[in-house]
Amino acid sequence: MDMENYTSNNFYDELIAKGGRPRVASRAVWKYLKNLDKDELTERKGACDLAALVAGITFRVYFEDTGVDRAMPFDLIPRVIALKEWQDIEAGLKQRVTALNRFIDDLYNDQEIVKDGVFPAELLANSENFLEQCRGISPPLGIWAHICGSDLVRDGDGTMYVLEDNLRIPSGVSYMLENRQVMKRVFPELFEDSGIQPVDDYPSQLYDALASLAPRPVDYPSVVVLTPGIYNSAYFEHAYLAQQMGAALVEGRDLIVDDNDEVFMRTISGLEPVDVIYRRVDDAFIDPEAFREDSMLGVPGLMRAWRSGKVALANAPGAGVADDKVVYAYVPEIIRYYLGEEPLLDNVPTYKCQVPDEMAYVLDHLEELVVKPANESGGYGMLIGPRSTKKEREKFARLIKKDPRNYIAQPTLALSTCPTFVQNGVAPRHIDLRPFVLSGLQTYVTNGGLTRVALKAGSLVVNSSQGGGSKDTWIVDTEAS
Amino acid sequence: MLARLAENLYWYGRYIERAEGIARLINVTDHLNMDLPSGVHTGWEPLVRITGNASLFNDSHEAAREHDVVRFLVLEDSNPTSLKTTLESSRENLRSARDLVPREAWEQMNALYIKSQEQLSGKLSKRRRQDFLEQLILDCQQIAGTLQGTMSQDHAYDFILIGRHLERADMISRILEVRGYDLLPETTEDLGPFESVQWMSVLKSLTGYQMYRRHVRSRVSGADVLRFLLRDGQFPRSIMFCMRALEDLLEGLPGEDDRSLRVVARLQRLLNDTQVGDLKGKSLASFMDQLQIELADTDTAIRQTWFGSDL
Repeated sequence: MDMENYTSNNFYDELIAKGGRPRVASRAVWKYLKNLDKDELTERKGACDLAALVAGITFRVYFEDTGVDRAMPFDLIPRVIALKEWQDIEAGLKQRVTALNRFIDDLYNDQEIVKDGVFPAELLANSENFLEQCRGISPPLGIWAHICGSDLVRDGDGTMYVLEDNLRIPSGVSYMLENRQVMKRVFPELFEDSGIQPVDDYPSQLYDALASLAPRPVDYPSVVVLTPGIYNSAYFEHAYLAQQMGAALVEGRDLIVDDNDEVFMRTISGLEPVDVIYRRVDDAFIDPEAFREDSMLGVPGLMRAWRSGKVALANAPGAGVADDKVVYAYVPEIIRYYLGEEPLLDNVPTYKCQVPDEMAYVLDHLEELVVKPANESGGYGMLIGPRSTKKEREKFARLIKKDPRNYIAQPTLALSTCPTFVQNGVAPRHIDLRPFVLSGLQTYVTNGGLTRVALKAGSLVVNSSQGGGSKDTWIVDTEAS
Repeated sequence: MLARLAENLYWYGRYIERAEGIARLINVTDHLNMDLPSGVHTGWEPLVRITGNASLFNDSHEAAREHDVVRFLVLEDSNPTSLKTTLESSRENLRSARDLVPREAWEQMNALYIKSQEQLSGKLSKRRRQDFLEQLILDCQQIAGTLQGTMSQDHAYDFILIGRHLERADMISRILEVRGYDLLPETTEDLGPFESVQWMSVLKSLTGYQMYRRHVRSRVSGADVLRFLLRDGQFPRSIMFCMRALEDLLEGLPGEDDRSLRVVARLQRLLNDTQVGDLKGKSLASFMDQLQIELADTDTAIRQTWFGSDL
């Protein structure tokens, strides 16, 4: 491959340093790719696209009323991070998730952080994701968000920032696992003696974290994965994780809660008890008795079973209260408050529109800022200032004034790039990173995570529903190779 | 094992067997029509009757022309037993249970589905049609082999086999009903020439020709073919064979309820007690009707016992 002329035009590039030389951790892979001829690379790319399609590694995209399965585009060139740097990020993520769990537990119980004036009471009062039904509950180990997916981005100067924390039902980990499988199949040579840290133990770590929540003292707790069904965009992942953990993959209609608040699944031998539910159904739909009555996806009575401690739910209902772009702005304070430590990972500087001075600044600088609603995910409902039209900015100004609590704004970051295979060779594309953090008896962080890549030149939108793809992420121990 | 997934695997077993059966039927009809002079031609209309969709077909077609029948059996979205819809249903059912089956098997099913979607979207010439159908039959066999060779022989696997054997018995009875009625009329004067070629095609549609020759050792005659396909204990595409397999499978499932076993036993008695060599015309049709009613009862009993269906 001709990659001599690769340049990332002033963006921080994950693989190539200024001056065009590969960074230390990327040397081996860069050299290897350079020596592959284009036909060989094209052939390998074809082989891996086919493998993904046949394996049904798909996500579902919805246009109006019809859904289609799409293979998630996968890019062959890995994203590389040196182990030393990663260890700092890992420590920062553990710190962050530990503090967030303490925060959620506090909000549903004594609300000391509010009493102490660190977190504004009015924010809590207006929070969409705060569930009154969860007040006074303390789940096992005091943990609410057992699985967290935090999105990290790197700015132009090389600093890693946390962009958001997904504490409800973060997805994408199966792509991380699959991408590694594909890479091993396509580039076996690269994995010999190169110090690439493995990722495959995630399913067993997840199983251990879930099993540690079991309310009954049994050796083999019954752990199930609750999916909305085959038409959900992440069904592939639900099935994949269930299979890898040896857990049953259930739908709402497979479960039943009896009068003693115990949960059972309907099997061919009758009813069998369930101890832990890794639920991939949104809060609002998990229990028509407690939340949306019209939900066909949930299990009537699940909330009472959970409240009485008869079953564990991961993530706990209501954990989303901390998964909110306004709460995000307070995470550094939250870490200091609960842990008495300085945050190890930076937040992106964030303007909170409910603070009058900050709102005034945001309204004056809409053209430079990214404005995000508090409770949307998947990149929907955002204003990207530098690319917006005057009309869009006026619309957002109105929206912000009407409901300031619902908006935050951040400067546009110069997202880092990574060399990516494109039509005519290799070109820089913007990326982010979603590591997954498991909290149970221990806290575990994946080695790397899912690198998402915006496949359109110049685009900053990495979401798979909007034309993003993914890459394998390598944490490389440069001292081992 | 979850009742819902047991049901999905059962339907997977039925649909994939149905797809294979339809592919065989079309191919054999092709070959038969090439062998017969046009006056004796059985035409394509029996296929519509065999798959049980005559009224649906007749609603939109005036005559059973080859092109229309094949299109209807292969591509038609509104036909619940077209190849296209049965492959879709096989895949959806297996997909919903993909955590229970070996990954290789799911990937083969998915590849078969993707491949057939591609091929079915283009124009199928007669020549390509035969290649496509033959490959499809092989692919179905490959998936069955992968499942047998790599899947624990647990209840999940049992439900696939139960679906397969029930569907297979059903398909045999339909083929015999339609072809037998044409080929075994009440009075022997109606017997046309080429009778034995036609019975050979019945055997071939169930890949039974070679085994028939080895085990029956006489010329191909209607009564012998009937006996072979209804009662042979060793040929995997005889109804008796399917019933014995079903009996073994059902006995291994949990639960006290033996309704389905009782129906299967009744079916076996029916096969044993009937002078199948004497069946022709109306008696043949009513015997096959009775078989099909019993097979439908087996299905109902299985669903009520293990899937919790309120029927």
